[in-house]
Formats: sequence, structure tokens, C-alpha cells
Amino acid sequence: MDSAAGSSLAAAPTLKVYKPRDKTRLGMDRFWTSLCVGVSFLTLIPLFSIVYLVLRNGLELLRPNVFTDLPPAPGVEGGGFGNAIEGTIVMVIIALVLAAPLGTCSAIYICEYDRRSRLAGMVRFIAKLLTGIPSIICGVFAYAVVVITTGGFSALAGGVALAVLVLPTVLLTAEQALLGVPNALREAAYGLGSTRFQTIFRIVLPEALPAIMTGIMLAVARAAGETAPILFTALFSEYWLQSIMQPAASLSVLIYNFSGLPYPHQIKLAWTASLVLVALVTLANVTAQVVFSKRVPGRKRFKMGWFLNIRRPGN
Amino acid sequence: MDDTRTAQRATGTGNAKPGPVTTPAMSTGSTDKVMIDVEGLDFHYGPSKALHGVTLKIPERKVTAFIGPSGCGKSTLLRCFNRMNDLIDHAEVTAGLIRIQETDINDPAVDVIELRRRVGMVFQKSNPFPKSIYENIAYGLRISGIRDKRVIDETVERSLQGAALWDEVKDRLHTSALGLSGGQQQRLCIARAVAVQPEVILMDEPCSALDPIATAKVEDLICTLTDRFTIVIVTHNMQQAARVSDMTAFFYLGRLIEFDRTDKLFSNPSQKQTEDYISGRFG
Repeated sequence: MDSAAGSSLAAAPTLKVYKPRDKTRLGMDRFWTSLCVGVSFLTLIPLFSIVYLVLRNGLELLRPNVFTDLPPAPGVEGGGFGNAIEGTIVMVIIALVLAAPLGTCSAIYICEYDRRSRLAGMVRFIAKLLTGIPSIICGVFAYAVVVITTGGFSALAGGVALAVLVLPTVLLTAEQALLGVPNALREAAYGLGSTRFQTIFRIVLPEALPAIMTGIMLAVARAAGETAPILFTALFSEYWLQSIMQPAASLSVLIYNFSGLPYPHQIKLAWTASLVLVALVTLANVTAQVVFSKRVPGRKRFKMGWFLNIRRPGN
Repeated sequence: MDDTRTAQRATGTGNAKPGPVTTPAMSTGSTDKVMIDVEGLDFHYGPSKALHGVTLKIPERKVTAFIGPSGCGKSTLLRCFNRMNDLIDHAEVTAGLIRIQETDINDPAVDVIELRRRVGMVFQKSNPFPKSIYENIAYGLRISGIRDKRVIDETVERSLQGAALWDEVKDRLHTSALGLSGGQQQRLCIARAVAVQPEVILMDEPCSALDPIATAKVEDLICTLTDRFTIVIVTHNMQQAARVSDMTAFFYLGRLIEFDRTDKLFSNPSQKQTEDYISGRFG
């Protein structure tokens, strides 16, 4: 082997590793690389301009009292949107309480129990269809199912509308998370005599949890920002929420309402509400990523990865 | 090989008499107790037949090696012993019997969970759980309901010592198992299998991803395990089969060609195909 390699090297005195005379190949490589890098930067422009605009316009009225006060009457200075923050949080929590267990359990079923059954195929297909459903349709659905039957607009109806909206996202990301768990781990668990339940709950689910949580947090971000499904399910309220069976204010509807008013103060308040909404969603995301980042012993838990949502494949 | 023979086998029912297709040369005069008794086993992956009437008796507390070229069915047979093939769609035993300690393991009354606890498995690619070293070993005990910390501590130590890993990891039991080297991970997987006190340990090419030093350690380990366990090992490495095993079975195209004492099979094979394979003329 060695001698053969040596003789062939001796026969070919120079190893052709210099840049090719034919420049087009190299040129194309550079072109596509810079194109990809350039386009990646382009996608950052809308993101940063949103953050910039919201900060520039929203910081002016950002005082502690906006978190505690009720919305001002038209033409009146001061006031805040404490009840809208409360309403948004309450409705998102209702949506999560409904959608997260349902979505995760369905994902476990279609992924771990009966991957190829007709029911699993149907659930998967319908979930994919539902991801494309316009959010206002979720509102109509919740209006028909909750508002009409309970006899009024309510935070609960808003929560149900948001739950319907995010359920397919939660389900499909949870399915992907479970599919991402290497089969070798399942085999190891079964090989030691685990039941299916033990395999899923002790091995597969902990391994998939960070990715499932990422999906749930994406759902939160989407739900918190939605206006259409809430507009005619939770309506709006000028007051603090007394019970989930009453109409509730929300940041998104407040932004929608106030930005259309002819009063500069209300418009400024809408900007501040936008800033708070963006901040809340980011905060929820970051917290979840830090709390649920993989707790592998011996590895540092806090990583920059969560910020850019980088998940390394494999381990 | 012969179509009429295949057709003949395909008509066989669940517990038909073996009636071997090829008559493999059996070791004679063996007085060892039989641990796994396979009779006329046919196995299908959907329409394709992976095992053709395999009949062999694996002795207790010995190392039995399965050799043969890729795709010859040796891993399939191994995975029949703890019914890991149940996890694969459309894969099933279509004829024949497997008895482990006199129990027909494909009987519907058999608890497959308990079967897998009694017949442990070590895989080709080491697959420790993404947990600490300690928890990897403790897992098998925890799932069978053992909560006593003292019992678990003792078992973890004993299993790691049994796998010749204790001295290397005793100071970092609670760090991630994924931080171990490939060879250490594989020995951890063996320790994990040993911890639940199985009767049989199945090893599916356990050294194929390891360097020669790590391989030697695993082979030493296999030899020390035989006084307590029956070991069945699939290997592509014939030197390895010759080094570690007491009995060797040679498979080719889904058929058992020859099954005999390792020294006999390697020095004086009775079948031409075996001789060709072990002397490197094909495969």
C-alpha cells in the first residue's frame, strides 16, 4: 500500500492544488456564497426596522402607570392599558391550557403509538390543513361555539379562538420534535424491558421537550399578537377583567382601536402597547428557552443558542 | 437456493416440525444445557423472506457468535430472541419456534416487556441515554419499580465494575454519559444491560464502531461475562468470533449453513461455503 502510493507520487511531481486557471467555477462559488449571505442580511432589515420603530415611537409614554392604569377616555391625557395586558395574558394562558396538552398528546399518539394508522394519517393531514386557516375563521368558530352558547363575549371565547388557532402548530412542531429523537434511544429503552409508556415518558419526551417547548412558545407569540380571532370573541373592555366569562381587553385589539382614533395621545399609547406586546412575547420566549433548555448533566445550561433559536442536530 | 424447498417451508405452520432445509452440521456430543432453542424458523420482512428454516440450539453460559456476509439474516435472528422485530412494521416470524428456557417466546401469553428484561441487548452503535452515567445504569432498575437508593447505588457500582468501567468513571458518575469516549459508552451500554440481571445478552456488532484498543476491552469484558450470562454476538470480524466465542454459526442468504464449536468451525469446517467464507474467498 505504502510503496504503491509512494511510486505514484513520484510519477506525478506536482500535486495540482493551485487555484484553477478556469476562473468561472471559483467565481460561481463566490457569487452564490455572497448571494446567500447578502439575502440573509436582507431578511434582518424588516425585523430590525420593526424593533426600531416600536422603540422610537413607544418609549415616549412608557411609564410605570401604563401597566397599572385603565385606558383613557377619548381626548383625555394619561391612562394606560393595564387591563389589556391582563386580558392578553389571561387569554394566552387559556389558549395554552387547552392547546398544549391536546397538541402534545395527539403528537405522542401519531408519532409513538400508531404512526401508520389511518387515524394518525387523518390527524396529521387535518393539522396541516388547519395551519393555513385564516385566523378570523377561528374567531368565527369560537363565536359560534362559545359566544352564542354562553350568551356573550368573553375572555374564555377569546382563549378558545386562540387555542384553535395554535393547536395545529403545537401538534406539528411536537410531532417533529418527537421524530427528531433518535430511534436508537427508543430501542435502548425497549431493549431493557421498558413499556411503551416508560419509553415515551422517561426517555423520548424529556429528549424532545426543548423542541416541543419551542413550538409552544412560537404558538404563544402568535396567539398574543392576533387581533382578528379576539375581535369578535372577547371584544374589548374599558375595565379590569372580573371573570373569564366577561368581555376582555387585549393589547392587540387596543392597538387596533387606538391607532384608528384621531387623538395623538391614543396613537402614542398604541405605539407603547406595541412595544409592550413585543417585549412580552420576547420575554416569554427567552424564559421558556432558558428554563427548558436541555438539562444534560455536565453541560452548561445557558447558551447563546436560544437567542437565535439554534438547535444542534443529534445530541 | 432451491425454489421447491422454499415453497415447502412457506406452507409450514406455527409449530410445525422443523424439517431443516439445509441440514447444518451440528456439534456432536454437546452436554451443555440449551438456553435458546430455535426450530425451523422462517422470518419475513413484508414479502421478502429473511430467514429460511433456521434450526439451532444455543448453549447456556457460552458465547455464541453469528457470522456471515451482510444481509444474511444474522441480526434479524438475534433480534428475534428479544422480539425487537415487533417494533418493525410488517416484520414477523412466519414459521417455526423459538424457545428460551423451554418457553415459546412468540406465544401470545408471553409478556414481551419481561422477555426483554430477561434477554438484554447491546446495539451496534452505542446508545446511552442522554442522562448521567449513574442514571443510565439506574434506569433499568427504576422502570422495574426499584426505588431503594441503597440497592440502586450498589447495583450501579457492581454493574460498572462488571463492565470494567468503574475505575474510569467513579469520580464522575453524575456527569453526562455522552461525555464518555465511544468505547466507554459501549461498555456503559453493556453495564446497563447487565444491571437488570438478564439471562441472555444479545450483542449486535458491538465493536464495529470501536478502535482496536476499545475492541479488546469489550472482548475481555465479554469473556468475563460468560460465567453469569449466555451471550450471543453478531460480528463481521471473524478474528473476533474466533477470539471470544465458544460456538459459531455461519449464515448465508438467510440460511444457517454451519453451526459448530468455534475451534472446529474455523479449523475444519464441514461445509464448502463456510470454508470459502472464513478463508476470504467470498463475502
